[in-house]
Amino acid sequence: MAAAESYPDDLRYHEEHDWARLEEDEAALGITWFAADALGELVHFEPPEVGSTVTKDQSYGEVESVKAVSDVIAPLSGEVLAVNDQVVDAPETVNEDPYGGGWLIRIRLADPGEVDALLDADAYRQVLADQ
Amino acid sequence: MPGTLLQTPLHDRHVELGARMVPFAGWEMPVQYEGVIPEHRAVRTDAGVFDVSHMGEFEVEGPHAHELLQGALSNDLDRLSPGEAQYTLLTNEDGGIVDDLIVYRVGEHSYLVVVNAANREVDFAWLKEREIRGSDVRDVSDACALLAVQGPRAIERLGLPPARPFTFAETSLDGVEVMVNRTGYTGEDGCELLCMSEDAVRLWDAVLERGVVPCGLGARDTLRLEVCYPLHGNDIGPETDAISAGLGWSCALDKEFEGVDVLRRIKAEGPERRLVAFVMEEKAIPRQGMPIEGGGNVTSGSHSPMLDVGIGMGYVPTTQAKPGTELTIDVRGRPRRARVVKKPIYNREG
Repeated sequence: MAAAESYPDDLRYHEEHDWARLEEDEAALGITWFAADALGELVHFEPPEVGSTVTKDQSYGEVESVKAVSDVIAPLSGEVLAVNDQVVDAPETVNEDPYGGGWLIRIRLADPGEVDALLDADAYRQVLADQ
Repeated sequence: MPGTLLQTPLHDRHVELGARMVPFAGWEMPVQYEGVIPEHRAVRTDAGVFDVSHMGEFEVEGPHAHELLQGALSNDLDRLSPGEAQYTLLTNEDGGIVDDLIVYRVGEHSYLVVVNAANREVDFAWLKEREIRGSDVRDVSDACALLAVQGPRAIERLGLPPARPFTFAETSLDGVEVMVNRTGYTGEDGCELLCMSEDAVRLWDAVLERGVVPCGLGARDTLRLEVCYPLHGNDIGPETDAISAGLGWSCALDKEFEGVDVLRRIKAEGPERRLVAFVMEEKAIPRQGMPIEGGGNVTSGSHSPMLDVGIGMGYVPTTQAKPGTELTIDVRGRPRRARVVKKPIYNREG
């Protein structure tokens, strides 16, 4: 079952419909409910390699539904510490639980100062409202 | 441009059901309601209905209607009795496929031709140009609506009597006069219901009341790909021939029709390339246009909801066309392994 629409207040957001959960100098990254809903049920996640680096505002992977392919944009820069194998094996986890079991990768932040440029939940909801 | 898109008589019903509407062949069509995967599964396990009113319908009538069509279409019309239908190709002088279509023999001198929405104008002009005295081709698409009701329980849910594939009959469903065609594009049992445009909403409602699941073009595409039905514009077209596409069975090479000489020669010499079906052996989803190593490209690709794996079709050199052959597909710069399989990719008896 797809999750109901939500944008948790404890996350930070990128206007390309990505979220980051900050934990000291690390962050878990994922795509928002809006992105998952727009794509439809995910059937493939092409992850980056553990140990590679991702760069803020650039693509670090791809998610695919039956009909569409979408780049996943990094909200922050850093080194990839882990890839969520649960999503690789069962990509629909992202639709079911986009902010929990549906996280995509975990990174060590290259520049914690980048966080200041991200949106809070209210600002992201405003981005959606303006579309 | 959204403002110029055509709408079927069921447009408002689709919007009310929460369908995601997309442009397709000049029409605004539902790509999905609930989701491609649940709709796909409904058709494989029970019954689903597709609004395919965007497709074109021509009436071809007159004492020489048979002669006109027999010369323009690849399959042998002499094998059709009234009440029977046939898959056939409209071919050009190079043996290329102008369109693939279904022809219904309504009477001795009267035919109904159902064509792809994107080719309606081309096909109509093509047949008009070849019209001979004693034959008349009329485009009746705007007066018609077409619903495809497909799935193992489709016929039972509609309360229709059993009938052979590729036959048709007139009947009524909740008071709506319909032509019930035992044809489809999903590999499942079922039918296509043709009615007058003004009756389309009543027919649609009657079908849904019988527990049939509304399905969009997204599921229609994955269903047809699993059973390797070619899509005109993707897998076949004016530049591809029937023999290479594996559609030789729909070409009566012992009769005369446009391009038959070319097809006879390709058949005799053996095609240089063939349209094959393949299944991914690594996690990846093939998409139309992706190169296949060794010379070739993907013409249709998606995720198979039944097999839960990437599947596709594409042209490869004949040397690579045997089932079991390993292919490498360039998935946005990443080489991914696939294997040629016998068609269809998905088998109901599986």
